[in-house]
Amino acid sequence: MGKRVLVIEDEPNIIEAINFILSRDGWGVDTHSNGHDAVDVVLAKAPNLVILDVMLPGRSGYDILKDLRAHPQTAQLPVLMLTARGQNKDRDMAQRLGASRFMTKPFSNAEVLEALRSLVPQ
Amino acid sequence: MIATLNLLIAVCLGYVALLFLVAFLAERAALRGRGAWLRSPVVYTLSLSIYCTAWTFYGAVGYAARAGLEYLTIYLGPTLVMIGWWWLLRKLVRIGRTQRLTSVADLVSSRYGKSPALAIFVTLIAAMGLMPYIALQLQSVTESFTTFARMDDSAMTLEDPRAIAFWVAAGLALFTILFGTRNLDANERHHGVVIAIAVEAVVKLFALLAVGVFVVWWVAGGVGPMLEKIDASPIRTWQMDGGRWAGLTILSAAAFLTLPRMFQVMVVENEDEGALRTASWAFPLYLMLMSLFVVPIAVVGLEMMPQGANPDMFVLSVPLSQGQDMLALLSFLGGFSSATSMVIVAAIALATMLSNHLVMPLWLRFTGGGAVISGDVRGVVIQARRISIISVMGFGYLYYRLSGGGTALASIGLVSFVGLAQVLPAMMGGIFWRGATRIGALVGLGIGFVLWLWCMLLPSLGEGSIIPAHVMAHGPFGMGWLRPYALFGIDGLDPLVHAILWTLLLNTAGFVLGSLVTFPTPLERLQGAQFVNVFQHSNNPQSWSGGIAQSEDLMVMAQRILGASEAQALFQDEAARQGLKGYLPEPTPDFLALLERRLSGSVGAATAHAMVGQIMGAATVSVEDLLAVADETAQMMEYSSQLETKSEELVRTARQLRAANEKLTKLSVQKDAFLSQISHELRTPMTSIRAFSEILRDLGLNPDEQKKYAGIIHDEAIRLTRLLDDLLDLSVLENGQVHLNVRSCVLAEVLDHAQAAAGAQDGTLRIRRRRISEEVMLTTDGDRLSQVFINLVANARKYCDASAPVLTISVRSDGAMLTVDFVDNGSGIPAEAQDMVFEKFSRVSDQKAGGAGLGLAICREIMARLGGSVGYLPGQGGGAFRVSIPIQGEVTMSQPASTQS
Repeated sequence: MGKRVLVIEDEPNIIEAINFILSRDGWGVDTHSNGHDAVDVVLAKAPNLVILDVMLPGRSGYDILKDLRAHPQTAQLPVLMLTARGQNKDRDMAQRLGASRFMTKPFSNAEVLEALRSLVPQ
Repeated sequence: MIATLNLLIAVCLGYVALLFLVAFLAERAALRGRGAWLRSPVVYTLSLSIYCTAWTFYGAVGYAARAGLEYLTIYLGPTLVMIGWWWLLRKLVRIGRTQRLTSVADLVSSRYGKSPALAIFVTLIAAMGLMPYIALQLQSVTESFTTFARMDDSAMTLEDPRAIAFWVAAGLALFTILFGTRNLDANERHHGVVIAIAVEAVVKLFALLAVGVFVVWWVAGGVGPMLEKIDASPIRTWQMDGGRWAGLTILSAAAFLTLPRMFQVMVVENEDEGALRTASWAFPLYLMLMSLFVVPIAVVGLEMMPQGANPDMFVLSVPLSQGQDMLALLSFLGGFSSATSMVIVAAIALATMLSNHLVMPLWLRFTGGGAVISGDVRGVVIQARRISIISVMGFGYLYYRLSGGGTALASIGLVSFVGLAQVLPAMMGGIFWRGATRIGALVGLGIGFVLWLWCMLLPSLGEGSIIPAHVMAHGPFGMGWLRPYALFGIDGLDPLVHAILWTLLLNTAGFVLGSLVTFPTPLERLQGAQFVNVFQHSNNPQSWSGGIAQSEDLMVMAQRILGASEAQALFQDEAARQGLKGYLPEPTPDFLALLERRLSGSVGAATAHAMVGQIMGAATVSVEDLLAVADETAQMMEYSSQLETKSEELVRTARQLRAANEKLTKLSVQKDAFLSQISHELRTPMTSIRAFSEILRDLGLNPDEQKKYAGIIHDEAIRLTRLLDDLLDLSVLENGQVHLNVRSCVLAEVLDHAQAAAGAQDGTLRIRRRRISEEVMLTTDGDRLSQVFINLVANARKYCDASAPVLTISVRSDGAMLTVDFVDNGSGIPAEAQDMVFEKFSRVSDQKAGGAGLGLAICREIMARLGGSVGYLPGQGGGAFRVSIPIQGEVTMSQPASTQS
């Protein structure tokens, strides 16, 4: 296996929950909790998939996604966006910027795992 | 001698009959519309020659024989005016035409607010000034008769010259009545008279030139011998008197402008302003020709004629003495022409003034104006003029009788000139100075008139006739400074120069001073503007002369007001109705009335009437017209100001609506943002709770993990509850539904409670307080105040980033208010965020420190309820908040702090 996920999220409890679920499913999990240097961290860790929160301290998830899509190394990288602001315009924004999948908090653990599996073929 | 008196009379009658014929043909031509040649500049120039009367014809030679070249001044004045002041004449003519003036009196009266008093005054001055002049003409004609009679060996017993004068006067009166009042339309021009005058002008010039040529080339034997004769004559020794020259030149220039007969031919009879241009050089030329042979005739006359012969008659007596009867007859006709043309025009002019300003007003007053309605005013006017003419002649004859008929022609003429020159200041001031007033004109004229009487007219009637000799010598009642020839003790001046100087000087001074100290009436202001700025007010002086031109002007005006298509339709319909081709109808009264009605729909009745009247040249706009226009304008302004007010209201309402809309939009955006925030704040703990619940549900966790994850679920549930509590609390506070429990409490105790509740005892934050300053009794809701303090202490605990965090709480009181400052030793809040910290869901730093960001918003609401405030205190080094509380707190019922409106 050895597929790696980078979780960019600022709520410690949510990080812990996702970490537990994905690790149990066999994913290698890295976490990062602020927006400032998120793009650099993605480039450095080169994960198979990124889980990206929208409301992050320092920089919004949308801006980070835009940068990732603009960079050749990460243009095709699967990104699963999570947000607690469950309005339609947030979903539209995420799709326009090229998010691979968009999920509203709170999510079901099974749903997250299923999305990950479909985005990163085993 | 064939030239008998009877022959002379026959020649005169024949000559008059010829003039009648010319005048008759001219008027018939004018009536048939073939009178264009009547308006030619040549005819106009020749008509001006009535300036040259019998005085000029006979008197100039006499003048030259007595006083040398001084006679030239009489020609110099008009020449200067014609050449140098051409623009002044043009202005006079333009004013006369636009204002439809009928005489000098009309001009002055009309300019000064249509003052009847001024009109009568000027008429009287003109009449009095004219008497000597008429007398002069009578005298010259009588003398010319007697001159012939003396030469006539077979003469019947020489008739009394006075009887001759009487018959001449009667004949001239008849002549003038037939000529001047033949036309029933009293306001129209006298084409016949003008043409007759032009013919007479040619006759008198031809006659004088003929005598001159005869004298130089026949009697003297050529130019050379003539010059020798002049050198040898007494005229050679004549000395020029500068004062008299200047005075006489000014006087003749003034008279040229103010003489009623000159005004009549120059302004009233003028039909084409352009004719003035020709006259400006042609008339001086005429005057030059008239004066060319004066000196030779005088010199030859003095040499040839016996001692004591009247020099005034040299023009006649020299040819007679040489047996040139036909030349003498021609000369006689020239003199007769000069006298008759002057008398006719002067009488017409004066009769117009007398009837318009004296007789008619009186008649209307006594008859109550009834005849105006019945419509026979014209007949009355004509009768009034006929009577006026007879009176003028009668008084002229009387003056001739009184003055004895012996005075030199020239000096009589000068008396008349000075009298009429008195009108000059009021006239010139009137057309160039808007500040001139009626009172000023009356004062100036009055002074000038009285002085003229005293210094000139009365003394001229003969030594001792009216003014006794001792008054002439010593002044009235022994007042030497009032001597007629030495006013104010200025002695030794020539009586003429003396009179010119004092009359015109004091007249002008009175006029100017009188105008300066009085204010013009509205009508005077209006007329003043019309006169002074006549060229701006009347750009098209020709407009009333032709029907088509008028229609065009009306069309232009109508288009401006009604719009092009409507105006054209109106005019075309009317033209079609009148059976005319094209689009311009005749301006019939019916059409004018229709047009006025249509225009009045747009601009008001009074304005429409004034506009049409202005184009049709129907008099000037009256004050009543203007007042009506002003009324209409006021109404329109009132209406438009109402509209303006309404439109301002609309603008205001629109602005309010726009502001309200903007506010609603902003509120909607805020509400969206708020809901989005709440969603986020609620969903975040929910996410953890759900995720761990699902993890716990799955089997296979060890007990430690179970305990840990259950703990997280518990904490997040608490966080959710707290968030909901805060939201509810804030909602209650913002809606003003909060119940305050106001009681007495001690500040120190409230702070103790807050310190404990904020969890500050764990030692992470050291708190410095001065208890002594905190022993203050407050009347307030202690629980709510404590809630604020808890927030501030907890914030310091969470956010103070110093390695050893210290919070200093200091208390000050100014009697009514208590201030409690919370200052920590951290890095504080960045300046740009200081305004935001009290807003909902605002978190200062990025760091995760729990709480939804509602704490300070709640604090602000609580403090507003308690009648105090909480704010950030910049410049304290660390994070610093100041809470102000009223010591005797009243529960404020004011609006909550977050409500902006």
